[in-house]
Amino acid sequence: MKLKVVRYLDRGEFPLGAEEALALYRAMRRARFFDEKALTLQRQGRLGVYAPFMGQEAAQVGVALALGEGDWVVPSYRESALLLARGLPIHTLILYWRAHPAGWRFPEGVRAVNPYIPIATQIPQAVGLALAGRYRGEEWVVATSIGDGGTSEGDFHEGLNFAAVFRAPVVFLVQNNGYAISVPKSRQMRVDYIAQRAEGYGMPGVVVDGNDAFAVYLEAKKAVERARKGEGPTLLEALTYRLAPHTTSDDPSRYRSKEEEEAWRQKDPVLRLRKALEDKGLWDEEREKALLEELEEEFGRELSLADSAPEPRPEEIVEHVYAEMGPDQKRVWEALRRGLHLEEVG
Amino acid sequence: MRVLNLVQAIHEALDLALARDERVLVFGEDVGRLGGVFRVTEGLQTKYGEDRVFDTPLAESGILGLAIGLAMGGMRPVAEIQFAGFLYPALDQILSHLGRWRHRSRGRVGLPVVVRAPYGGGVHTPEQHADSPEAILGHTPGVKVVIPSSPERAKGLLLAALEDPDPVFFLEAIKLYRGVRAEVPEGYYTLPLGKARILREGKAATLIGYGGMVEVMLEAAEVAAREGVEVMVVDLETLVPLDEDTLLAAVRETGRAVVVYEAMRTGGFGAEIAARIAEGAIDYLQAPVVRVAGYDAPYPPFSAVEHFYRPNAKRVLAALRRVLRY
Repeated sequence: MKLKVVRYLDRGEFPLGAEEALALYRAMRRARFFDEKALTLQRQGRLGVYAPFMGQEAAQVGVALALGEGDWVVPSYRESALLLARGLPIHTLILYWRAHPAGWRFPEGVRAVNPYIPIATQIPQAVGLALAGRYRGEEWVVATSIGDGGTSEGDFHEGLNFAAVFRAPVVFLVQNNGYAISVPKSRQMRVDYIAQRAEGYGMPGVVVDGNDAFAVYLEAKKAVERARKGEGPTLLEALTYRLAPHTTSDDPSRYRSKEEEEAWRQKDPVLRLRKALEDKGLWDEEREKALLEELEEEFGRELSLADSAPEPRPEEIVEHVYAEMGPDQKRVWEALRRGLHLEEVG
Repeated sequence: MRVLNLVQAIHEALDLALARDERVLVFGEDVGRLGGVFRVTEGLQTKYGEDRVFDTPLAESGILGLAIGLAMGGMRPVAEIQFAGFLYPALDQILSHLGRWRHRSRGRVGLPVVVRAPYGGGVHTPEQHADSPEAILGHTPGVKVVIPSSPERAKGLLLAALEDPDPVFFLEAIKLYRGVRAEVPEGYYTLPLGKARILREGKAATLIGYGGMVEVMLEAAEVAAREGVEVMVVDLETLVPLDEDTLLAAVRETGRAVVVYEAMRTGGFGAEIAARIAEGAIDYLQAPVVRVAGYDAPYPPFSAVEHFYRPNAKRVLAALRRVLRY
């Protein structure tokens, strides 16, 4: 089976209207800005372990902007760009990465659920969420994302099969960044493209240049449209690369060469889109400067909000385990509320 | 009042729930056309349609994941796992998500999922078909574990589980499916989760167990009574949340306790019961708490040795004699 990689950039093609193209760029630039700030905060000890997405903005933002307002995203842990583009407030995201309880509760209006840490477990859940929309007569589409390594997990296969069998309105985004932490794709699978596997489940599989925002966005739109019309799921594979480490605790120099990283830096999705916009006369240095000032101001505001979140209380550890506290949680909660120290609670 | 067995009582509860609440969905392996391998869901697909009662592909992790997603989206899924010993492929969904979503979303995502699964031995099943994994489930924060021991309790408890805003594992003792019959009230009723029941009063010692072990305890109590020893029998019914008040009061009254469960002994749920008794009633104890349980070996698949493994009245009586000797 031959799959063609869908690509527009660097071929001089400009398949979008100015407004859509600029929206993509602004969202990607904003995401990159967040990622850089988050890495700095982590190094200052003001954020916990953080998983940067730098290099994968086009894949995530492209899918996020292809969705409608009522649609849901079910992300994995490297999908902060997806979450930001779906409207998750920056201060919530900062608190999430600080593992602050206030950052665990995403606002009601944001149709996104907390990122998944275990690998691939979100895939069958996304299918269930998509079917729930059908039962409720709302037909929301669910976009869920996973990395290339995650596609080796059983839940990936079970979830895709379920989606195909039930014709669930789901878009499966695979961000194929070539590595599962340190293990290259060649040690994960013996197929050229993960999207080839789609045929085995009975759904369309599409491969796009994941660093080409036009390609991701347009193919994601088609997949969303297909899902909305009741034609079932799509597997969308975005070929991309994470320019930063797996997490702030990782050292990619142990498994990747400088040359490889540099080659991918040349294909930076943010810079590629910016160049296309500039060639078209839609962007320039001045607009970039204005955007960065705007982002700096927004981030400062959001960081202050995050910093002013109240200190977590010890009794929060037993809150929200059940809708109504059971006797075992209540015992601990009441003891802590009375001011007992943890070691006295027993 | 009608006399029903456990299968009929559970079927009736599902029927009532499907009729009452459009959000209720029943699914799993073979639950549709076949009506489940134990026929618990027989006829429900014909009555409620293939959208409400449906067969899934054979994939337990997928079934649990689907249930979680459906509940996230506002539905009330009832997933059947064919045998509780087949829950293991779904443990990641259970431990990592089903039990945790409410907590990790600080209350935004609650999962009103019910997972029904037949468990336990005594009916000569093949390998993996007789496991009792309640301790694994009970060791998962955020889920509830209910194990009924009679038809009328099963019906009311299952309907309560379906109304509960949190995930509930509802384990049904295979031995009891057609082995117990009792009067079951008609119509819709619920029984509160988290309450233990005193099934028999007695001053000499307290027998504590649940599900398929209840009839074993009652049989032992009956024999003991004939020998002039009156023992109390407690059916825990809900393991999580545990009704510690009833449990401790029962042990304080007699000063002696035997805990009965058919899972392997080490780390089994009975170990938790014994520990709670030690913490909460040590001043009243006149003998060590003794456990009667499966042995630290896989549950045997063949009938020739199964009865050595699964606790019976004789072993309970022997344990009773041990605690009475002190």
